Amino acid sequence: MNVVVSDAPAIEVTNLRKVYGQGHTEVVAIRAATLRIGRGEIVGLFGPSGSGKSTLLTAMALINPPTAGRIAIGGQPVMDGPRALVDARAFRRQHIGFVFQKPNLIPFLTALENVQVALEINDTPARQARQRALDLLGYLGVGPRATNLPDALSGGEQQRVAIARALANDPSLILADEPTASLDGALGRQVMELFAKVAHERRAGVLVVTHDHRTLDVFDRILDVEDGAIRERANPESDVQQ
Amino acid sequence: MNLAIRDIRHHVGRFVFTTLGVGLLLMIVMGMGGIYRGLIHEATLLVDRVGADLWVVQGTTRGPFAEISRVAANLEDRVRVVPGVARARRFVSHTLQREQGGKPLRMVVQGLAWPDDQGDWVPLVAGRGLRQAHFELIADQSLGLPLGEKIKLGKDLYEVVGQTRGLVGTGGDGLTFFTVSDALAIQFDVPGEAVRLERAARRARVADSDLGRLQPLLLDRAAGLSSGIPAFATPQVSAILVTLKPGADAAAVRRILGTWPDITVYSIQEQKDLLLAGMVDKARRQLGLFRVLLIIISTIIIALIIYTLTLDKLRDIALLKLIGARNRVIGGLILQQALLMGACGFGIAWCLGFYLFPYFPRRVLIEPPDLVSLGIIVILCSTLASLLGIWKALRVEPNTVLAG
Repeated sequence: MNVVVSDAPAIEVTNLRKVYGQGHTEVVAIRAATLRIGRGEIVGLFGPSGSGKSTLLTAMALINPPTAGRIAIGGQPVMDGPRALVDARAFRRQHIGFVFQKPNLIPFLTALENVQVALEINDTPARQARQRALDLLGYLGVGPRATNLPDALSGGEQQRVAIARALANDPSLILADEPTASLDGALGRQVMELFAKVAHERRAGVLVVTHDHRTLDVFDRILDVEDGAIRERANPESDVQQ
Repeated sequence: MNLAIRDIRHHVGRFVFTTLGVGLLLMIVMGMGGIYRGLIHEATLLVDRVGADLWVVQGTTRGPFAEISRVAANLEDRVRVVPGVARARRFVSHTLQREQGGKPLRMVVQGLAWPDDQGDWVPLVAGRGLRQAHFELIADQSLGLPLGEKIKLGKDLYEVVGQTRGLVGTGGDGLTFFTVSDALAIQFDVPGEAVRLERAARRARVADSDLGRLQPLLLDRAAGLSSGIPAFATPQVSAILVTLKPGADAAAVRRILGTWPDITVYSIQEQKDLLLAGMVDKARRQLGLFRVLLIIISTIIIALIIYTLTLDKLRDIALLKLIGARNRVIGGLILQQALLMGACGFGIAWCLGFYLFPYFPRRVLIEPPDLVSLGIIVILCSTLASLLGIWKALRVEPNTVLAG
């Protein structure tokens, strides 16, 4: 059984290290990364391509085991080195929400069903799942498009549905991988503000990997990743070092 | 939420056409089984309907349906006096082919021991049984001979007085019923010139013998009708059909008849077994092999279709895994689609067969147990077919979603 302590940090990563390959082909993707994201906090993760952002994200999402280090989510230790301390898939289902660069909605499900499916695979009864999905879509401003298939939605609407899906099971941690990359500036900002709203109103820890410097003011803290190392930026309003 | 149904709803055209293809394939599988059942039904139809308890045939032979059987017509008198026998009838069976309206007309000729047997047991759909000793016949509708039609067989014209439906022989040719004497006349009809030559040869043989020289009047006899020569054998028939008295001991009757070295006796079941083992067995095995091959092909096709459908949604499956879907949700999606495809294909096969099979030249008999067993096979094959797709789906890494 997964026990997440409500006042514990959304995620705590300690001395995380990820190495690909062996011997002369060895590549260190992350070196001794340590970070902490509290509940209700939105954190931006910046860094150039190949700096290890995606590796860090997938390790935190429990889909890419680290070589060393520890991860605790909601106060519960979940990874100790490459060893999973919980059923990773069940834990993701219950405690982690994902938003991607592309919305990645399931094309044969309507907006409502895309949210509903996340609830139903977490054993929420169909009727309750439907109502909660409708509520979330309404909260994110796409309620009127609930019965539309993804093809019929604009990019911004699709991303809102994806956020609704990420919020469906009321996760303690939301991981977003460049969620505004395919959106125009205004829409991108709207989505970022939505993440901030979710973090603050729903007390979720939100980590956003992004290159979009126009939305720096949205984040409570900014982390820079470079050559596999994480450094917290002193002044969140300042530009990226790279 | 049923993901399988929603995916199908999204790709309904592809699913419908694919399922239609599977259905056509299954219809052929179903038809193969039906043809086999039809063969058995047609092969045993006459033996079942003729109402004989025992078949007396030529010694050491397997009866008129397996090979040529010849017994003297007066054997029926010998059989009739055996204790326990209620009725003995002559039976003639042979196949002939003539031309009717420029088309080949193949029929199985059955001789009935008129007047004892007027064909009242024959299930008529129109007309009546045989009511006179000659020149009438009952014909199956498959022969295309309407009531009142007159056909020339041998030297005589025969009128169709009754019609049956679906009464055919083992080769699928329609049955016709004549009196035994007409059936024999048709079977042994020879051209006039052949008769004249035979009579001349007979006269010459008698003239060369001492008897012919001593009795010149015999020469005229020898050159006359065969039936007018007492020394010639009585007509030969195919078999004698025996009906036992109520409560008679069939084994006892068989024991008595079994002591006669010139005949062999078969029960109805033995006669049917001989028919099936001799005439239908190879067809059964052939059709059986085709069925197995088609089932394997259907399974492979369903497997490939399901595999392709799975490949199309690998990214969606990876996403489902990423957001925590259990393997059974993903496996269920694929398995349900395979089962639905199999079930719909089976339904299409049944519907198409229901309307198409009656137009086939041979009877295609679909029986409920065959439908049930094919349904079970389809379920098993669909399950098997889904394994490839499930295997592929379960190997997908959730982080596939994050790549591009």
